[in-house]
Amino acid sequence: MNKLGDTERPEVADAREQTDVSRRAFLRAASALGGLALAPGVTLYAFGQEAEVRPADQAVTSQHRWGMLIDAGRCGDGCNACVTACADEHGWDADAASPTDAHWIRKVELRDPEGGLKRTLPMMCQHCASPPCVDVCPTGASFKRADGIVLVDKHTCIGCRYCMMACPYNARSFVHEPLADQKPYAPRGKGTVESCTMCVHRVDEGRQPACVEACADTAGGAMLFGDLNDPDSEISKRIASYATVEIRADLDLDTGVRYRNI
Amino acid sequence: MGRAMVRIIYREIAGGAAFWGPLAGLGLLILVGLYSAWYMEHYGHIVTGMGNRIVWGIPHVFAIFLIVAASGVLNVASIGSVFGRVPYKPMARLSGLLAIALLTGGLTVLVLDLGRPDRLIVAMTTYNFKSIFAWNIFLYTGFLVIVAAYLFVLMERQMSPYSKPVGWFALIWRVVLTSGTGSIFGWLVARQAYDAAIMAPLFIALSLSLGLAVFILVVWTICRWEGRELGSGLLSRLGRLLGIFAGVVLYFTAIQHLTNLYSAEHWGVEAFLLWDGGVYPGLFWLVQVLLGGLLPIALVFHPKTASKPGAIVSAASLVILGGLAQLYVIIIGGQAYPLVMFPGMEVHSVFQDGVIASYAPSLPEFGLGIGGVALALAITLVGMKILRFVPQSLADKTVDPPPAAAEAKAA
Repeated sequence: MNKLGDTERPEVADAREQTDVSRRAFLRAASALGGLALAPGVTLYAFGQEAEVRPADQAVTSQHRWGMLIDAGRCGDGCNACVTACADEHGWDADAASPTDAHWIRKVELRDPEGGLKRTLPMMCQHCASPPCVDVCPTGASFKRADGIVLVDKHTCIGCRYCMMACPYNARSFVHEPLADQKPYAPRGKGTVESCTMCVHRVDEGRQPACVEACADTAGGAMLFGDLNDPDSEISKRIASYATVEIRADLDLDTGVRYRNI
Repeated sequence: MGRAMVRIIYREIAGGAAFWGPLAGLGLLILVGLYSAWYMEHYGHIVTGMGNRIVWGIPHVFAIFLIVAASGVLNVASIGSVFGRVPYKPMARLSGLLAIALLTGGLTVLVLDLGRPDRLIVAMTTYNFKSIFAWNIFLYTGFLVIVAAYLFVLMERQMSPYSKPVGWFALIWRVVLTSGTGSIFGWLVARQAYDAAIMAPLFIALSLSLGLAVFILVVWTICRWEGRELGSGLLSRLGRLLGIFAGVVLYFTAIQHLTNLYSAEHWGVEAFLLWDGGVYPGLFWLVQVLLGGLLPIALVFHPKTASKPGAIVSAASLVILGGLAQLYVIIIGGQAYPLVMFPGMEVHSVFQDGVIASYAPSLPEFGLGIGGVALALAITLVGMKILRFVPQSLADKTVDPPPAAAEAKAA
């Protein structure tokens, strides 16, 4: 995971990737054990990476603010690893291209008409601190968790799509038809709106979002997940050490997802 | 105030085939609307032309048309009660009935177009008060209650002293209500075509012109149908007012676009809506501005046509056509233009980033929208049948008699 923004020789990157895989395996085991053996809320700091198991009976607090840092310079042209990982994780079709199909995350290709510079980057819910989708939702179904993750309560969403009108990132999808084979941790419902959950089910288990994991495992390691509230977290250190940008920063939404090298 | 002493006699409309025939036709259209809603609900919005880019389609055009017109149609009553213009007073009851009917039709379309219309109870019990949508739920339902009370004080002779304060309250309420409807778009910071405070006054102007246009068509139709007299002087007066309202709509529209054209960041969306955006510039210039704005203004003010009922009725029809086009351009056109996330860059993705979204309205969407219009008209028709909403005569000498004649009649 320690690759963002740095240049590494491939063999070093491979070695690091091996370490990351074993570390993740350890973390998974530790997380599972943590629920049984440790006192609730204990943070497991393993090799400097934050991973906290939140017991289901404990409320989310604003102690953490989960976010992501995406390095477009490391995001591979034609690479779709984050998209397919998200689709597999949550049960939507990454290859579907109809305007009615859901896309919780998508690859956006950019080209500067002056000179032709190209960039590619993943785009999804930016988990704003002041989310317009939450402001406009009449029933409060669009909501922001205390830890900054923006979600849709599928029980109170009436399907008015006003949040889709309000989102500056085109990050939300409306379920246009009946669905089958849903994942138990990612319920979806015809007639309701959905978007990236920052893999909240994984985060609560002390795991990384599926897209971040896939990018690190099989792609360029362009995505870093972490706690923006913790000054010692990797993501905070990086944001403090080099320039990053928010998309549509003019709206001053304080997004939880930041980019570099756009 | 001797003129106000003229006794206006109200009468229910006649029954028989002239009532049941149209009602049956409207009932059929309502059934088509309900079937469309069921079809969309059952199969999901996949059967509509809407998608993840155009999330509000033709049903919203109809719904917002009806809601905006509902607020504006009550203006006829306001002019009588609040501003004391005598010729408008006999039309106040019909104005109130139409306000309730149009709003009910519009809200029905809006609710049935929800992804989960079965969760209406959630919308009525769970609120986020930062949402203008949540406020609108109160503003709309409150409007129905206030207009019902207004009708009561208008129709119950003993309550008539209260018609002015209640009229004032209704006037202020509908100004707030239509500001709320315009702000549904005005407060959307994300989109180039919206995010403008002028949406609130623009929608108020639109409500005045569309509401009056609907009123002119309904009152003219009923009077013809029932053989009741409708004074050409009164009709011309309504026509002139319609012309002024249509002019105000054009004014706000011009300011809206000129303001956008002044800032480079909006040139893209303005070029799209006004010049090279396919169907939208055509709808804007030809239908909204020319047919729905300039032509009706010419018809109601030109000396050769200003006093002809046919011209006034044509002007009202054209204003409605123009209003529908305007709402289509605002609602659909505003969504079709892509969100600008990376200014200056060419953008591409599988999720239609950076491209103009296409929209082809489907039959069920039209079915639902027309069903809402039919519901509004059916409520009006039944209302006029069971209660005395329409005066026996709207002849010029009845609604606006010269003072001497009025005093003689009163004596």
